[in-house]
Amino acid sequence: MQTNPPLDITQSHPPPAPRRRTAGTAIFVLLVLLLVLAFVVSLSLGSVSIPLREVVRILIGEPAIKESWGTIVLDFRLTKSITAVLVGAGLSLAGLQMQTMFRNPLADPFILGINSGASLGVALVVLSLGTAGTAFLAGLGALGDLSLALAASIGAGLVLALILLVGQRVKNPTTLLIMGLMFGYATSALTSLLIYFSSPERIQSYTIWSYGSFSGVTWNQLRVMAPVILVGLGVAVFLIKPLNALLLGEDYARSMGLNVKHARFFILLSASLLAGTVTAFCGPIGFIGVAVPHLCRNLLRNADHKVLIPAVILVGAIAALAADALAQLPGSQYVLPINVVTSLFGAPFVIWVIIRQRRGATSFTV
Amino acid sequence: MVLTAQDLTIGYAHSRADKTVIAQDLNLELHAHELVCLVGPNGVGKSTLLRTLTSLQPKLSGNLLLKGKPLEKYTSKALAKLVSVVLTSPVQVGNMKVRNLVGLGRFPFTGLFDSRNPEDDAAVQAALEMTGAESLAERFVHELSDGERQRVMIARALAQEPMLLILDEPTAFLDLPGRVATMQLMRELAHTHGKAVLASTHDLDQAMHLADRMWLMGKDGAILQGAPEDLVLSGAFGTTFAQPNLKFDLETGNFETTQKTEQYVVLQAEGLADIWTARALRRAGFEVLVDGQPDLPRVEVVQQNARTTWKLLRNGVALEFDSIYALLLGLSA
Repeated sequence: MQTNPPLDITQSHPPPAPRRRTAGTAIFVLLVLLLVLAFVVSLSLGSVSIPLREVVRILIGEPAIKESWGTIVLDFRLTKSITAVLVGAGLSLAGLQMQTMFRNPLADPFILGINSGASLGVALVVLSLGTAGTAFLAGLGALGDLSLALAASIGAGLVLALILLVGQRVKNPTTLLIMGLMFGYATSALTSLLIYFSSPERIQSYTIWSYGSFSGVTWNQLRVMAPVILVGLGVAVFLIKPLNALLLGEDYARSMGLNVKHARFFILLSASLLAGTVTAFCGPIGFIGVAVPHLCRNLLRNADHKVLIPAVILVGAIAALAADALAQLPGSQYVLPINVVTSLFGAPFVIWVIIRQRRGATSFTV
Repeated sequence: MVLTAQDLTIGYAHSRADKTVIAQDLNLELHAHELVCLVGPNGVGKSTLLRTLTSLQPKLSGNLLLKGKPLEKYTSKALAKLVSVVLTSPVQVGNMKVRNLVGLGRFPFTGLFDSRNPEDDAAVQAALEMTGAESLAERFVHELSDGERQRVMIARALAQEPMLLILDEPTAFLDLPGRVATMQLMRELAHTHGKAVLASTHDLDQAMHLADRMWLMGKDGAILQGAPEDLVLSGAFGTTFAQPNLKFDLETGNFETTQKTEQYVVLQAEGLADIWTARALRRAGFEVLVDGQPDLPRVEVVQQNARTTWKLLRNGVALEFDSIYALLLGLSA
């Protein structure tokens, strides 16, 4: 049988690069060390500055020089830092999932309107029930502590249910994206309507919630928040394979045997659970979810979710801790809203990374 | 026999009652060791047919048998081990090495956590070798040329170890060498590696030269099958692609624009200069004659001392040009 030799169109390529496995491992070791460091530093920073040595002593259960330091670290700062880790990891992973699923570098955990739903829930409680309402909820005991979170969860949950329902029916992920945006607009409009008819002091307490905060989370709330986030992170292990297949788009994924409907359902569930829970407890925290996946792709030069998922969890946690540390305005009594810090310091950093990256390196086809 | 379509109707079902039928009663076969090219004018439904054959889209009615078993009886995973696809749109994925992209093709073989065993690595290596893409393995996909990327996408499809490979316009975005190389690669996959290969293409010339069989899809959705030469001889080719200004030349197998022309020119030349000057004159809308009445414009090509000049004699005026381009300008003046 006669066949012509294929034309050699593979000439003039650089020699194959050496395997980067060792470099990748080194980066992960570095990230873990950085996370531990950021965690301890975040515990030492605040209106009362506590030396790192003392923080470590308190953490391993030894008595600190000042007894009050022990209380500050264990009762206040530890919850805040754990929250920051959970928020950073959760939002970054949710952002990565959305970016891969929609093959859109601008996608973030809130692209489908989860945060608008949560905002509406909170707005309903804060603005319409007002202080009387929260007092009423506080009267319910343990639930009172969770009242805002509960309201936000219900709001986020309703939007999530709507998205999952629609997600099973639409053919094309872009349609889903547009619908999510529309849900977002609609719920935001309702929130605006509530704000319009509210008194200034109620609006202010709503606004403060919308700035985002890690410090409002108590041990009591963490008992709910942490398991949900950990479940959301855990589910992602099962999504590595579908996410990788979706890198080439839904048609290729389907042709390789992926049940796209199932994959979509679980990706949306995982991402929305993470984003919804974070918003419920800490308010809508922007930026981390869209920026961290980009940073990780650039850092590791790898698109495999087996590598990216642990990377975004680590980098996300570090970024949230760093943002929290910056928000303390070290050396001052002031604390900035976390949303201001993530965007103000994060945006220039991401611009710098994007400009430096090679052409086409993060492009998705739409 | 790899794939058989019996009385297949393809199209879109909008609701139970509302259907758009693209083509009906198709009876088709695909065999191992054979490259089949699906050709036809734009918009006749080639992509719809390919999507239906790969079950990316449901059929409206009829039977589709893969190895004698109805397509819908296969699990999606089992199907993915038998049929793989290369789609039209060029895939752009950042920060991914070629070896990893090709490795995605192992999806139906790996377990829940996508961990790889030596068999998977071997299949990826074999796919890279079959497509001549070994040297690209450690490069990033976004750094490849369009032709290299298409080669890699074919390698990815081969990593699924399919018996049937279906490609939707694999040469659409490629330059000429890329088109030739891709077509030859598909032919080699059929002849040397025993795959059944079905590719849609607009590249009639390549398809005529390399396809073992052609599916010629007309505007009515009907498909005529046969060796490319059969379709030329029966005149099917010419009628399917018929356009007011386009004529299929049965002798050369080329399409030529049929411009009505009242202008004649007499050409006197030899060898290659004759061929290419005549071609240029025809392109400019002239009927080229070897001999003619003396009142017709006359072009004479003179080759002397490795220098070629074109002499134009018209209405008693003689002009000289040093290129075909200048000659055409002179003629239109």
